[in-house]
Amino acid sequence: MARSLPWEKENNERRELMNTGDTAFVLVSSALVMLMTPGLALFYGGMVRGKNVLGTIMQSYIILALITLEWVLWGYSLSFGPDHGGLIGGLDWFGLRGVGMEPHETYGPTVPHLAFMVFQCMFAVITPALITGAFAERMRFNSFLLFTLLWATFVYNPLAHWVWGSGGWMSKMGAMDFAGGTVVHISSGVSALAAALVVGRRLGYGSTAYIPHNLPMTITGAALLWFGWFGFNAGSALAANGLAASAFVVTHIASAVAALSWLLVEWVHRGKPTTLGAASGAVAGLVAITPGSGFVGPASAIFIGGLAGVICYGGVMLKGKLGYDDSLDVVGIHGFGGTWGALATGLFASKAVNSAGSDGLFFGNPGQLGVQFVSVLATIVFAFGMTLILLKVVDWITGIRVTDEDEEKGMDISMHDEKGYSY
Amino acid sequence: MKKVEAIIKPFKLDDVKESLSALGVKGLTVTEVKGFGRQRGHREVYRGAEYQVDFVSKIKIEVVLEDELVSDAVRVIQEKAKTGQIGDGKIFILSVENAIRIRTGEMGKEAI
Repeated sequence: MARSLPWEKENNERRELMNTGDTAFVLVSSALVMLMTPGLALFYGGMVRGKNVLGTIMQSYIILALITLEWVLWGYSLSFGPDHGGLIGGLDWFGLRGVGMEPHETYGPTVPHLAFMVFQCMFAVITPALITGAFAERMRFNSFLLFTLLWATFVYNPLAHWVWGSGGWMSKMGAMDFAGGTVVHISSGVSALAAALVVGRRLGYGSTAYIPHNLPMTITGAALLWFGWFGFNAGSALAANGLAASAFVVTHIASAVAALSWLLVEWVHRGKPTTLGAASGAVAGLVAITPGSGFVGPASAIFIGGLAGVICYGGVMLKGKLGYDDSLDVVGIHGFGGTWGALATGLFASKAVNSAGSDGLFFGNPGQLGVQFVSVLATIVFAFGMTLILLKVVDWITGIRVTDEDEEKGMDISMHDEKGYSY
Repeated sequence: MKKVEAIIKPFKLDDVKESLSALGVKGLTVTEVKGFGRQRGHREVYRGAEYQVDFVSKIKIEVVLEDELVSDAVRVIQEKAKTGQIGDGKIFILSVENAIRIRTGEMGKEAI
């Protein structure tokens, strides 16, 4: 046998820590989360008018490509690279330099660092894709690309660092966000509000009926989201263990209960239960359980999901009252659902579920709710403010909105020279 | 020669077509149309937002006939398309000057 050099010995020890089951699980979870973005494309694509179906699908789909590149070049490094003042990771890992097959001691100590990186990549991809629902049917494609790139860099990357990065100020404060209630859902929800305000209402607001052109497509998309969300939440355990199973189960429960509660509310409010309501409720439940999925038990999940359906239905109603045109209800579902979920984590978290977390208010630790509240507030202020600034910058550079004539023609023809349907 | 245009409820199309065929009608044209009459539109609700849809989907049948067939055709259309509810539709009868079969150049009665 060749004599082993000191660094080889160290590498071998690291390799021994690696767990094949965990690695397989994280890789499969990454693939599951990847599927959520095309799923979202269908979810959104079915809800717009037929002339905008490709433009809407394209906005989610191309983000999968664009943000993957951003992530491997500088996004991962800014989010998870060596900390600078709790605010941002450095550029040390630019282009994945130093991110290899060995585990990182903090980020999934039993899986290859690359597996953790690609799992997180899928989160970075879907988050800006969620925002596209707010400006659907009226944003220029080039401006959208520029905005998305800027948003990922100046909003998502810092936020991910605050919450999940080693040394990030929110995680040091003790804020609990298992799979992205603040980073993914509150951030996309409030950015969607900023976008709806800056981009403005669609042509014909108030007189035109914006009727979804293909709800079966939307339901299919919602099913893919539900499916992929198991990777999103259970995968966030970063190990194939009991915590992953617990996160999987509460995710499923919350989604199911929220689908029922949304249906019930609209049945009472509007007289009929709708398929779009069932799908919307399911997504609302998934959003709400996300931050607490690794900290709460099944009974809490029923409560979190049950209220998510009601709160998000109310959140969607609000846009009509306040008059902003958030086309596909990103604010109502992700903003309201994410906020409820983050606060609910401060209510229902239990060390019996995850000893690495904290107890919530209902388990004898009222202080946790305060910590959650601070993290929610900071996310809202930061994401809303930054998004306003970025949109103004983009508007100044390329102009943000299509011409009235192009909007009338539809995004498919005016932005892409093609049609979704040839009949 | 007359053209009979009938706007009917979509689910009545098969019945109407069968009975016109039974009368000896050799061809007709069908179009999916939208419109409004005394039947009000309907309500649609998406995520709690309510829309009034004013135009109702109907089927328009167009058939060109010899004069002697017209009264029978109108009778069976009315019989078969009728539900007794508002929104059953209307029948229009128009005069036609001539008809030409493109393949052969036949004209008038021979062409229909």
